Amino acid sequence: MAHAERQQVHQTVFLGDLIGYGANPTEVLDVVMEQAERGAIVVQGNHDAMAVTPPTSITSQGAVTAQWTHNQLELHHLDFLRTRPLLETQGPCLFVHATADAPAKWRYVEDERSAQVSLDAALVQPEIRYVFGGHVHRQSLYYQGTGRSLMRFKPTPGVAIPTPSHRCWLATVGSVGQPRDGNAQAMYAVFDTSPAKLTFFRVPYNHALAAQAIRKAGLHESLASRLEAGA
Amino acid sequence: MKLLEQGSVLDGFVIGACIHSGGMAHIYSVQYEQGAADPGFPLVMKVPRMTASDGAENIIGFEVEHQMLQVLSGPHMPRFVAAGDLENTPYLVMEHLEGHTLNHWLPEAGEKREPLTAHEIASLGAAVARAIHSLHKQNACHLDLKPANVLIKPDGTAVLLDFGLSCHAHYPDLLAEELRKAVGSPSWIAPEQVVGVRGDPRSDIFALGVMLYELAVRELPFGSPATAGGLRQRLWMNPKPLRAYRPDLPEWLQEVIHKCLEHEAANRYPSAAHLAFDLTHPDHVKITARGKRKVGTGFWEHFKRWLRAAGKQYQPSPMPTQQIEEVPIIMVAVPHHDVTDATLYSLRQAVARSLGIRPGARLACVTVISPGDTSTTDQDHSETMVHRRHLSLMRQWAEPLDLTGHQTSFHVLESSDVAGAITRYAEGNQVSMIVMGAATHGLQMQRFVATVPIKVAMDAPCTVILVKQQLPFEQLGG
Repeated sequence: MAHAERQQVHQTVFLGDLIGYGANPTEVLDVVMEQAERGAIVVQGNHDAMAVTPPTSITSQGAVTAQWTHNQLELHHLDFLRTRPLLETQGPCLFVHATADAPAKWRYVEDERSAQVSLDAALVQPEIRYVFGGHVHRQSLYYQGTGRSLMRFKPTPGVAIPTPSHRCWLATVGSVGQPRDGNAQAMYAVFDTSPAKLTFFRVPYNHALAAQAIRKAGLHESLASRLEAGA
Repeated sequence: MKLLEQGSVLDGFVIGACIHSGGMAHIYSVQYEQGAADPGFPLVMKVPRMTASDGAENIIGFEVEHQMLQVLSGPHMPRFVAAGDLENTPYLVMEHLEGHTLNHWLPEAGEKREPLTAHEIASLGAAVARAIHSLHKQNACHLDLKPANVLIKPDGTAVLLDFGLSCHAHYPDLLAEELRKAVGSPSWIAPEQVVGVRGDPRSDIFALGVMLYELAVRELPFGSPATAGGLRQRLWMNPKPLRAYRPDLPEWLQEVIHKCLEHEAANRYPSAAHLAFDLTHPDHVKITARGKRKVGTGFWEHFKRWLRAAGKQYQPSPMPTQQIEEVPIIMVAVPHHDVTDATLYSLRQAVARSLGIRPGARLACVTVISPGDTSTTDQDHSETMVHRRHLSLMRQWAEPLDLTGHQTSFHVLESSDVAGAITRYAEGNQVSMIVMGAATHGLQMQRFVATVPIKVAMDAPCTVILVKQQLPFEQLGG
């Protein structure tokens, strides 16, 4: 958050999955809820939904964690999560945790084809030019090349990419605190509306402390070790 | 888009004469409106053709060039000033540069002109290679180099123009598409570009090879193909040897130019810096069968290659900077007097380590002698004799190094300013790393005078490794 503030952002957007992996769900929600009061957009992710109504039958490790998270949260936290929209728009931007075509199905945007489906659904609204998503824990920018289908681009952290609005763009901004590309640094992106430029960032944070808290809370070891490996 | 009227004003720029009408764009000379701050250099405005009959590639070319000009810098690209919005009037305003494009050195049809000498061809080539290397170091590839897009300034340096088909590793490639079509100008396009590879710096080296071939013999090595099959010819065909047209040209020049034109990118120069090095050091060019060939490749050989090339297809290429960083030019400054065996030993160890982790690196061994060391009257101290002595000393020094795969050359520089000579050599040859001795008393003396190693470390345009002497003999002797 401090890094983002230094970029002088006017609008913060949380793309979902606020909780469900870590050992500090209440602290995270307190921060985000305070941001939301100050105007931040927060959309719901699959882990948020799972924490609100944890599965009744414990079949997976995710379900165990969801149950644990649910028990940590207070009523106002749960209310906040429950009332988050799946999809939010502002000006030319659409924000969604998974895909714009069926946000509640939690499909992954992991290749050009799924990106195309999501983008096509978003473009039904004529003013939309940009779709921002989370869910996949990787940073990618999908754009239109000279061919018919979308092309995928792997951004270099810290480089401002011109994203003029006569083209349509779909970005998966990665994940704060749950990277899956072998680099433990947190991911986020800043979109500058004028001139239209998108910058992906990688920021170091104290992932050792986060992993320690997970172990202390008695959550599954894999949740801690994946933070350290960024995998 | 209709032509802009002379004298009209667009976003604060007064339109002057239209100085060029190309297939893709019009170029006008422009000035700031009165009262605006003067940028200190003349300006041109490039306006893409955008009527319905002009293709969409003009618009994308405009976008790409805008993207590139904003981020490229240095003396080998025009300076970028402003751009007009695609939604209103698209234009790019940039520095207007004096000079001639390479077309100036190519006679027009029917025109009689003296052919260029090997020296003229090599110095034009070296200038362009330096410009290309500067672009590659910025993580970009031009991908549309041709005589019309290369400008030689009055001082001899080259500037690259028209970045409409270029690509930069930091930005999405707007010209990429899933079908991987060939993008480029048919006469100069590299074989890998024909199968859709965009972003290999060695594609630019191929294009420079085509231009040098043109400058040398005034023929295009692969003609101007108009069909896809014609384009694919360069995937397997060897162009006719340079010296089959002009036996007066030296073998080293044929070697250099044909090495640029190799169909496999891996067989070309690994970086434009290596190419510039050969073009400026003809004596050090290693002449292979490529340089000696007198007749074109035979039918059967071509047929076999054609079969192999039929299966050739798109493969992604790594980032330009990554590629050229793997093949640096490493320079070692070898001292020749007041030097201990331990220093020479440590220097060699340091060079061996630096080369060991960089398989394609090129090594330049340099020694600096003072002008007083040679004499015009004394036979024993004639320039040739003295140089020869130093060259053989350096060869002895380098003898224990394993130099397989590393092109190596030895150079004697004459100068009374040792540090200056070393840094100038590094700058002139796009050296990526200098290895030199820290000099036994060099670092301590630094407090009182600027010593050679520190001067080099401060002024060099690249990394400098200062090697401290280390005696292995103590352990050996026990």
